[in-house]
Order: sequence, then C-alpha cells, then structure tokens
Amino acid sequence: MKRKYFAYPYIVWMILFIVVPMIFIFYYAFNVNGTWTFRKCWETLTDVQKWRVLLVSVEIALGTTAICLLLGYPIAYILSNMKKSVAGFISALFFVPMWMNFVLRTYAWSAIIEYAIPDLFNMTRSMTATSTGRTIAVLLVLVYDFLPFMVLPLYNTLSKLDKSLLEASRDLGANGKTTFFRVVLPLSIPGIVSGITMVFVPAITAFTVPALIGNGNYSLYGNVIDDAFKINPEYSIGSTLSIILLVFVLISTLIMNHFDTDKEGGSIL
Amino acid sequence: MESKHLIELVDVSKDYNGDVALEHVNLYINDGEFLTLLGPSGCGKTTLLRCIAGFITPSSGMIKMNGVDIAKVPPHKREINTVFQKYALFPHLNVHDNIAFGLKIKKTPKPVIEEKVEKMLKLVNLEGYGRRWIDQLSGGQQQRVAIARALVNEPKVLLLDEPLGALDLKLRQEMQVELKRMQRQLGITFIYVTHDQEEALTMSDTIVVMKDGVIQQIGKPTDIYNEPKNPFVADFIGESNIVPGLMLEDYKVRMNGVVYRCVDAGFGRNVEVDAVVRPEDIDIIPIEKARVIGTVASVVFMGVHYEICVDCGGYEWIVHTTDFAPVGSRVGIQILPDAIHIMKKTRANNIFDAEVWPSDGAIYIDDVAFPCEGLDDYENKEIAIVRIAPENVRLVAPQDAKLTGSVKACMFLGTHYEITISCEENDWIAHSDDFMEDGEEVGILVDRDKMELTKKEAEDSEEEAETTETVTREE
Repeated sequence: MKRKYFAYPYIVWMILFIVVPMIFIFYYAFNVNGTWTFRKCWETLTDVQKWRVLLVSVEIALGTTAICLLLGYPIAYILSNMKKSVAGFISALFFVPMWMNFVLRTYAWSAIIEYAIPDLFNMTRSMTATSTGRTIAVLLVLVYDFLPFMVLPLYNTLSKLDKSLLEASRDLGANGKTTFFRVVLPLSIPGIVSGITMVFVPAITAFTVPALIGNGNYSLYGNVIDDAFKINPEYSIGSTLSIILLVFVLISTLIMNHFDTDKEGGSIL
Repeated sequence: MESKHLIELVDVSKDYNGDVALEHVNLYINDGEFLTLLGPSGCGKTTLLRCIAGFITPSSGMIKMNGVDIAKVPPHKREINTVFQKYALFPHLNVHDNIAFGLKIKKTPKPVIEEKVEKMLKLVNLEGYGRRWIDQLSGGQQQRVAIARALVNEPKVLLLDEPLGALDLKLRQEMQVELKRMQRQLGITFIYVTHDQEEALTMSDTIVVMKDGVIQQIGKPTDIYNEPKNPFVADFIGESNIVPGLMLEDYKVRMNGVVYRCVDAGFGRNVEVDAVVRPEDIDIIPIEKARVIGTVASVVFMGVHYEICVDCGGYEWIVHTTDFAPVGSRVGIQILPDAIHIMKKTRANNIFDAEVWPSDGAIYIDDVAFPCEGLDDYENKEIAIVRIAPENVRLVAPQDAKLTGSVKACMFLGTHYEITISCEENDWIAHSDDFMEDGEEVGILVDRDKMELTKKEAEDSEEEAETTETVTREE
C-alpha cells in the first residue's frame, strides 16, 4: 500500500490550487471589507442584468455545443469507417491547429474576421459591428476552437464500435437509416456525452474569445466576472458570480452524467 | 424438381483483387435440411456463408432463393438470418429487446412481439432472462440469445458461422444436440459453418467439404467418412492411412507390395489409385495368423483406444485399437476388404502460364527465368502453358534458387508428403520425403528437361474441360 505516497504531490497541488482558491471565493462572496454580510451577495443575485448575460452565455455555449456535435459527428463517423492509417493522417491534420496556443489562434481569427473576409454579417468591423454580427463571430471562433474536443471522444467511441453489430442489425431487417438510429447512435452516447461536456463547460466559461473577437464590446459571463475583479474591483460581486457559474456547470455535468448510463460507473464527476 | 431446392448457388465465384476466395461453386440446398460447410480456415466457407447472407456480393454467378436470383439483394431484404461467430448481440439492449429487435423493425404489434419473444426464450431454455443485460450472461447463454434473436424472425434459412467455437467442449456438445433439436422442431433450413469435423459429422444431414474456395465433396456424413473422394477429404475428416495403390483388377488392390481384396470396382486394370484405410478398421492379430507383420513404433493412449504406429519396413500403418501392444513388439496387421476405400488418383499437376524467350533459352514463371528445352517453335514473349509434374519440382534451400515461396499446406500421402507452396503468382505443388512446417520458406528448382510446354490456343479447350469439372451432389 506504499504506492499511495505517489498521490501526495497531486493532493498538495489540489489543496493549494483548487481547495484554497475555492475557500477564498466563498470568503470574498460573504465578506466585504472585513465584515460578514449577505448584502452584496443579494444585490448580485437580484441583478437582472447579470442573469441576462448568463442566459446569453448559456445560449452561446449550447449553440457552440450543438454546432460542434452536428459538424463533429459526421466527421468522426466517416473517420471511424476509414482505414486506420488514413484516418490517423486526416485526424492529425485536424488536430495540428491545436498545437498552436489558444490565445494566438483567437488573435488570428480576430484579424481574419476584421480584415480578411468580407464583412457579410457586420461581424466586428469596429464601428459598423452589430450585436448579431458579434454573436455570429464569437460562435464561429468558439466552434473552431472546440470542434476537435467534440470529434476526438466521438471518434474514439465510434472506432471501437463492433462492426459485426451493424451487420447483425442489417441481417435482422434494418436498413442503413434504422441501423444508425437504433444501433450506432445509442452505442455512441458515451462519446456524445463526453464530447458535449468537453465543449459545453469551456464554452460557458469562455472569456478570451468574446474579449478578443468582440473588441471589448461583447460580454459573456466570463467577461462580467473579469470586469467585477478588474474594472471596478468589487470582489464580493465577482465571487458570487463565480459561485453561480460553478453551480451551473455542476448541474449541467450532473445532467450529462445521467444520460451516460455506463454500467462501469466511471463518470466524469 | 426446382421447387425442392430452397437455395441454389450457380457458378458462384468471388475474388478480392485477384485473390480467389470462391471458385465456381455450384450447390443446392434443400428445404428443411441441416447443411454444413466444412473446411480448414481460409477455405472460403465463411465467404460462401456471407454471400448467402448478403454481406458479400459474389464476383460472378447467381444465388437463387426459390428460383429468384438474390445475389444483389441487400441483407435486410432477405428472408435469411444469421447467428454470428462472436454473437454480435447489442450491448445497449437487454435480452428481451435483443430478441425483439427484428420484430420491432417490421413494426409487429406489441402483444405479438411479447408472445413471440416468450416463445423463443422458452425454446432456447432462457425463460425469465428477458430483463438481463447481455454482459450478465455466460458465453453459452449469449449463444442462445443470438440463436433466439435470429429465429424469432421465422427465417426460411438460418446461417450459423462457427457459433460454438468460443464454448468449452462440454457446452459445445450440449449445444450441438440442442441445435439439432431446434432445427427438427422448427423445420428451418440450417446452413452451418465449421472447421470441426466432429461437429459436422454429428449434426449435419449434408456436409460440403471445401478447400481453397473449391468444393471437394458433398454428401451425407457417413458417405463423407466412409467414401472420401480424395486424399484431402480423407485426411480432413478423421484420421486415416492414405496409401498409393495399384488397382490390379476389380476387387483387387496392391498397397505397399501386398495384394488385398477390396469391395471397389470399375477403375479398370492396373490403374494407379489412392487407398484410404481408417485406423479403427485395422486389426492387430497374432503374427502366426498374419500376412503382414510389423514392429510397434509408438503407442499413445487416447482415452477410449490406443493409437499404435506399426512399422512394416518402409511404411507405417496407424492403428486404433483397444488392445495394448508394447513398443518394439512384433504384431500382425489385418485389413478386411470392406475397410479399404479406393479413390481415383487425383493427380495434382502444376499448370502455369509462362512467358517464353527462345533467345534466352528460358521461360519465365512467376517472373523467374527457368532454362528450358524445345523452344524453337515459339517467338519471344509468347505466352505458353507449361506443365510440371509434382515429383519433378525440386525443393531446395531458399538461397539456392531464384524462385522462392512459403509452404501453404503439407499433407502426408503414405509414402511422401504433398507440399503446396505459395509463390508470387502461382501455387506450386511438390512432393517431398520430409515434413514441412506451414510458412517455411523454400526454393524451387525444375530441371530443363522436366517441363512440358504447349501452345496456348491448342490448350484452351482442354483447359476448359478441366476447370468445369465441379463436384455435384448425388441424390
């Protein structure tokens, strides 16, 4: 049982950088300038403006996830049916952009949107940008950034799918469409669930993308939290917002785990 | 007559980019029969089954069901169901839903589904298992679910692809009996693929023995066992002594220099034949009563009997007997007339296309030059047909020959081994005194005067006659 010592560095790490910061968040949420109070917290909770931003963030995150799923599933399905060597090459092409820093990529996109492509949707061309245009631009970049995180778990699940099950289904009278909906789709649920989790959670907490793409004029929940700490520092407001977001992510993860009825029990949370 | 044949395969061939998997298969399957496709791995039996199921479209030929060609009909439109080798049960569905899968797709009303699934669970002895998950079942139980899932659709034909391969011996024997019971009870045609000859002999009404994509023999289990058509079938179905012999006249055959009486006739006088004698049909008798006397070379206890190898000076008999004889003892051998089965000699010959280059004094087979005589009638680059008798193919170490190949099969024919060597383009057949391991690399040499060349055009018609000689079944 000596092997448990190997876990100690990680436990220390977890305490220092996860547990302690959480304690700080809770401390600042209910403590304004050294006095314990619920006032600021309550103010934040009843601030309709903040809830609106959260709603927009959820919508953007859901939109990103949905688009990633719709784009990623066919890609993963096609890749999984290819010869391993070909699929490996194509998916490598797919993941090469991920080797580049996330912030750099986002900067590149902001330049592309601003100068390289015609401003079809009034996306961000500084002065003329509309809020719809900015939303589309943010969605576009989020999808670009997170698509590989959807494809990878889907590809893993689909490529492990026993092909004889598809034959069995066709043998029992199912055509291609029925086979897909009755066999392939249900069996790829674990991949869908981890794909959704891997896209939805970072998308709802995203703040670099809206900050850079929207030229500071577009705010998602992450940016609101950022503002609360940096623009006019009110730590209790920022902390409360953080807690709200945390609870939200927690709930969404629990919901996803409910769908992933993997009997092995190894769920994400 | 036509209506009796539920499935008819007419000249079915399949190749994968030149690799032949099935070659001119002709076969009909009667309604309600239990037919087994038997052969070693890679003989094309599974390919044939998948052609019938619809997962493989044959390169040529027809697959008729009730007289209609279904070769290009997709699997989901065929009234055929399959029990897969590894069961292929749906892990996301429970036992009940697995069995109900086919019925739900056909939009069967719910009460009917319930009734049929219950009936099936009863048939395969799994009552009360409907709510279980697949991974909660043992291998044998999964097997039964796979059978139930296929049978519930009331197919005209049930295909079984080595379904018992993953089970242990005892369970396998139980399932053999049970499968046969189900088949009788339901009256459905079963087409069963296996490499296990015992399984085939136990269950089948008809056995089809295959090798290298070609049907070797079709017949009842007893016929296949007692009257194998060629050394391959004799060797594959049970153990046997396969001996080259000379048919002196009707009912008289000479094997290893001794003349035996036998029950076969119609081969003509002084014709070379192959004789099969099953080890259990040879008796060990006291030496004073025997015409043939030998020394016991080895004894192995096999449970029910001893396997005794008797060395009779230059050749050996393998004998299965319940009587023990110690190693080194002198024993007499007795073979009664009805123990000897005479087969037409299958003269496996090497017949290849060769590119002739009289200017080089050589012909090219498998892209390798073989010096050859008598090329004056040919022009450079002309394609001719070359015949080389197996005994003239010399096997040497790989580094001593230009043409090398790997051993694909090695079969003992009484006095020598018949070796099949797979080269770049062609399979060569050679004779050897020594056993060779599958996959062993060997070099091939042929003496310049041992090759028989014929012009291509003249050969074509004869060639045709040879290849169209396929095995058919007798009523």
